Amino acid sequence: MDLSIFGYQFMQNAMLAAFLGGIACSTIGVFVVLLHMSFIGVAMSHAAFAGALFGLLVGINPLITAFAFSLIAALVIGPLADRGELNPETSLGVIFSLMLGLAFLFMGLNPGTKSSALELLWGSILTVTHSNVMLLAVVAIIVVGLVIAFFKEIQATVFNRNIALAVGLPSTAIFYGVLFLTGATVTASLRSIGGLLIFSLILNPAAAAYQLTYNMKKMFLLAAIFGVLSGWTGLFFSYVFNLPSGATIVVTSSVIFMLSALFSPKRKVRKWLAKSVANDSETEK
Amino acid sequence: MNGNIPIEIENAVVSYREDVALRGVSLKVGAGEFVGVIGPNGAGKTTLLTVVNGLGKLVSGRVMVLGKPVVDGGRHELRRRVGYVAQIENIDPRMPMSVREVVMVGRYGLLGLFHRPGKHDWAIVDETLEMVGMTHLASRPIGHLSGGEQQRVSIARCLAQEPKLFLLDEPTASLDWKAQTEILELVKRIHNERHLTTLFVTHDLDALPHTCDRVVLMKDGLIIGDGTPDELISAESLSRLYNLPLSVVEERHPHIHMRKS
Repeated sequence: MDLSIFGYQFMQNAMLAAFLGGIACSTIGVFVVLLHMSFIGVAMSHAAFAGALFGLLVGINPLITAFAFSLIAALVIGPLADRGELNPETSLGVIFSLMLGLAFLFMGLNPGTKSSALELLWGSILTVTHSNVMLLAVVAIIVVGLVIAFFKEIQATVFNRNIALAVGLPSTAIFYGVLFLTGATVTASLRSIGGLLIFSLILNPAAAAYQLTYNMKKMFLLAAIFGVLSGWTGLFFSYVFNLPSGATIVVTSSVIFMLSALFSPKRKVRKWLAKSVANDSETEK
Repeated sequence: MNGNIPIEIENAVVSYREDVALRGVSLKVGAGEFVGVIGPNGAGKTTLLTVVNGLGKLVSGRVMVLGKPVVDGGRHELRRRVGYVAQIENIDPRMPMSVREVVMVGRYGLLGLFHRPGKHDWAIVDETLEMVGMTHLASRPIGHLSGGEQQRVSIARCLAQEPKLFLLDEPTASLDWKAQTEILELVKRIHNERHLTTLFVTHDLDALPHTCDRVVLMKDGLIIGDGTPDELISAESLSRLYNLPLSVVEERHPHIHMRKS
């Protein structure tokens, strides 16, 4: 096989983008899985997509508007979810469709060519620019650095926010910090993975890691490995078969998740729990 | 400030949006006291606890805990010195944390930012696990424990905080009878051995007489009774507390009727 392709600048950029995006997204994914906030994550990533299209429409840097939109979504949904005023399923439906509606509205209003808009929709890691890679690097370093620096506060918060508060930790600040980082990660990955697909790259590697370990540090590590693996494998298939890179990356991450779920040692626990619940309900009769 | 009154609440009013949870509650708890708080759902019992550990927001009134006023800002400091055990919550069986790590969470507030737990901290964690009889399960994933075992871990987590105050919010709710009595005995033993001041919210009326020195009755955000269990756990007071006719209380709790003499 001809490996000379890796000598090209665009390929090196793409490899780096997949590496950095994979790490940042999957780290955020660990929070999404453990804090049960998928619906906030979905809403934020689609808000970023709508925001980017709004930026294109009015001629502002789409990354700035993407970040602003996802933070606005977080600030609206965060407190509502916090106080339990919002049923996750309902809000997911409402906000998800609203954001897609806005996105297509901005796309329709945009008189120019649709190519840059479509790029934001499904991503194009092979054409990612050097400045975009730099942005991803900054975000990935910040995300990983904060997780290392505040690991014990984070661990307590994702275990149980009320308990974290009760032992004197600023768990509300941690929660909103996580939402802020989610917005930054989604924004930085928008160009390479695409607004419609980014959330799978956040969720799948972390969900896969969740199937495999009872140790939180290992979960962060495994998620990052799966994230990078998804990125690189997806990139490879995208290049070889000339397919949209966002799609191949996301499909790869889904396959990794399915394999993890299939071979998860935790399945036994679930079966065992189901059995004990069944027994309980029988004795109650 | 009098150091022998670790909890001093004066005319506390707390409201959550439209609902008033506490309508002017005053309570003094002396050092080493074991106070049971009973009352119907929505009486403000949990809110009373949150006022003590600084999680509840006062609309008016004054709260002194461990000799210091409870105010905005200093709340984290306060909570580090107050142990809080809540009702059992469903823990995800796949949660990637071991029992030992969960107990260590109790020390995280004390450690402060950027400080990792050291040998000393792990020694305290292991000691508290020993005290609640959970050493054999220390490395198990937390989600694999039964309800009673989880409450033991919660109690160990509080002890790892080395608290002065011990707040318990229905720690035995939804446990079976055996686990309930075991948790109660454990709480009582720890209260005595560690010389704690304990505020204990419960629905378990039968357990109160032999665990508490003092009982506080709450209803509609007010304290409507305060005294020894023998004085207060009578058919008359329960009938008033739960809005039940006297005959019904006597029928349901014959031994309480007997006790009042």
